[in-house]
Amino acid sequence: MSYDLRRRLWAALLILGFFAAWEILCLVLQVSDLVLPRPTQVFATLAARFGILLPHVMQTLWTTMIGFVLGVTVGVVIGAAIGVSRTAYDTVYPLLIGFSSIPKVAVVPIFVLWFGSGATPAILTALAMCFFPIVVNIATGLATTEPELEDVLKSLGASRLDILWNVGLPRTMPFFFASLKIAVTFAFVGSVLSETVASNKGIGNVMMTASSNFDVPLVFAGLFLLAALGILLYVAFSLVEARVTGWATRRQGFASA
Amino acid sequence: MSRSHAIPQGHPSIAPSIAVELSQAAVSFGKPGKTVAALQETNLRIAAGEFVALVGPSGCGKSTILRLTAGLLNPTRGAVIVGGREVGAKALRIGMAFQNPTMLPWLTIERNVMLPLKIVRPFRSDYRAKRRTEFRDRVHALLADVGLDKFANHYPWQLSGGMLQRANLCRALIHEPSLLLLDEPFGALDQFTREELWGTMQSLWLKRKPTVLLITHDLKEAGFLASRICVMSARPGRIIDDSAVDFPRPRTVDMTFDADFVALNQRLRDLIIDARSDAAIQGA
Ligand SMILES: Nc1ncnc2c1ncn2[C@@H]1O[C@H](COP(=O)(O)OP(=O)(O)OP(=O)(O)O)[C@@H](O)[C@H]1O
Ligand SMILES: [Mg+2]
Repeated sequence: MSYDLRRRLWAALLILGFFAAWEILCLVLQVSDLVLPRPTQVFATLAARFGILLPHVMQTLWTTMIGFVLGVTVGVVIGAAIGVSRTAYDTVYPLLIGFSSIPKVAVVPIFVLWFGSGATPAILTALAMCFFPIVVNIATGLATTEPELEDVLKSLGASRLDILWNVGLPRTMPFFFASLKIAVTFAFVGSVLSETVASNKGIGNVMMTASSNFDVPLVFAGLFLLAALGILLYVAFSLVEARVTGWATRRQGFASA
Repeated sequence: MSRSHAIPQGHPSIAPSIAVELSQAAVSFGKPGKTVAALQETNLRIAAGEFVALVGPSGCGKSTILRLTAGLLNPTRGAVIVGGREVGAKALRIGMAFQNPTMLPWLTIERNVMLPLKIVRPFRSDYRAKRRTEFRDRVHALLADVGLDKFANHYPWQLSGGMLQRANLCRALIHEPSLLLLDEPFGALDQFTREELWGTMQSLWLKRKPTVLLITHDLKEAGFLASRICVMSARPGRIIDDSAVDFPRPRTVDMTFDADFVALNQRLRDLIIDARSDAAIQGA
C-alpha cells in the first residue's frame, strides 16, 4: 500500500472514529438531543430537510465565492504594490495591520447600516476576512528574490518589469495558491458570520432560526454542512495549487518515485 | 626574444585594448556626514582577454569593485569605464556568477541557462522564435563543454552543488559576454569539486577568451586560473600588489605543488596577513 493511500485511510478512520465515539458517548451518558444530538440524528435531519436546506447552501456558496473573488482581486493588487515598492510597503502596511486586527464581527453591523441586510454585507464580510492572507503572501513572494539573482539580471540590462515577469511572479505563485486555500475558508467564515447577524437566507441564518426554535438537530445539520463546504473548497483549491505550482513540491515526489 | 617582436609597429589594433578601467574610483556607504569608506581611491586596468583575480582580507571591498564594474553601484568619487564607456549607461554585455547559483527552481537547466537570451539585446527579440531551435542548440553545446549535456532537461534540485555551479557558469556565458565577473563562484564547494571546476573554468576561458574578473579567497585558485593577481589591503581597500602569473597553460592541479607555484602562494599569503595585521593595529 502506498504511503499516500495509507495516510488517507487513517484520515478517514479518524473521522469515522470521531463520529462513532460521539454517538456512543451520547447513548451511554443519555445526553438529550436538545443539548447534543447524536451524529445519526444529525444526518437523518440533513437527509429529511435537504430540499429546504439546498437553497440556503447555494446562497452561502455564491456570496462566499463573490466575496472571495473580490477579496483575491483586492489582495493581489495591494500585495503586488507592497511587494514591488518599498515606499508602498512602509506607508500601507501599518494601515493594513490595523484593519486586519479588527474582529470582523464588529464590522458586520456597519455593513448592515450602509447596505441593509442580505447578500451585500455577507459578500463584504467575506471580502474583508479573506484579502489579508493574500496580501501578505503575494508581498512576501515578491520580496524574496535573491539579491544575487537580481544583480545577475540587472547586469544583463533587465528592467524591473523583466525581473518581475521572469522571477517575481513565478516565485510568488506557490505563495499565492497556498494563500488561496486559506482565504477561501476565511471568506466562508465571513459570509456565514454576516448571515447569522443580518440575513433571511443562507446557512448562518438557518442555524440562527433553528437555535431560537430549539431545533438543535437542525443547528448541527447546519454545522455539518459548513464543515463539508469548507473541506470541499479547501480541497478544490489544493488541487488547483498542486497543478499550477507542482515545481515547489516536486522535490518530495521525485525522491519516492 | 627580440624586442621588435614584443612591440609591433604600425598596428595599433594589436595593442591590447582596455576592457575595464577604474580610475581613482572610491566608494563610501551611509548617509551624508556619517559615511563609512568601503573602497579607497583605486586604479585598476584590465586588458581585453585578461583573467584577473582579486584577493584580499574579508570586507576589504572586493565585491564592491565587482559591483562597480557591473554598473550595479556608482562610485562616490572617480570613474569606472567598461568597454570604452562609463558604466551606468546600459547595454553592457556582462556575465555574472556568484557563490549561490540562484537557478530558478521552476525552470529546467536548459531554460535557466537560456534566461540571459530572454533579456539581453539583440537576442531577446528572437527569443520566442529561436528558443526551441538555435538557442536550444547553443545552450546544449555550452552544457556539453561543462559535461552537463545529459542534464539539460533536469530541474535544479536534481543536480548537485558542483553541477549547479557549472550551470551557473553556463548562464553567465551563454550570451557571449565580453566581460565575466565572478564573485567567489567556487567558495561553497568541496576541495575536489572545486579543483575539477578550475579545470572547467580554464577551458571555457581558453576557448572563448572573455575578460574575467574573479574574486576569491582561495590563493591556489587565483594562481591556477589567473593571468594576473591583484591583492587588496584591509578595509577601506586599495590595491597593494599587482603581479602577472605566467605559468604555462593549460595548468593542472599537479602544477600547484611546484616550487614556483608554492612560492607565489606564500608571497600572496604574507601580503594578506600583513594587510590584516596593519588593519588590526589601526583599529586598536
Ligand atoms: N550596501 C552596503 N551598505 C553599507 N556598507 C556596505 C554595503 N556593501 C558593503 N558594505 C561595506 O563595505 C565593505 C566592503 O564590502 P565588500 O562586500 O566589497 O567586501 P568583500 O571584500 O567582498 O568581503 P568578503 O570577502 O567578505 O566578501 C564592507 O566593510 C561592508 O561592510
Ligand atoms: Mg564579497
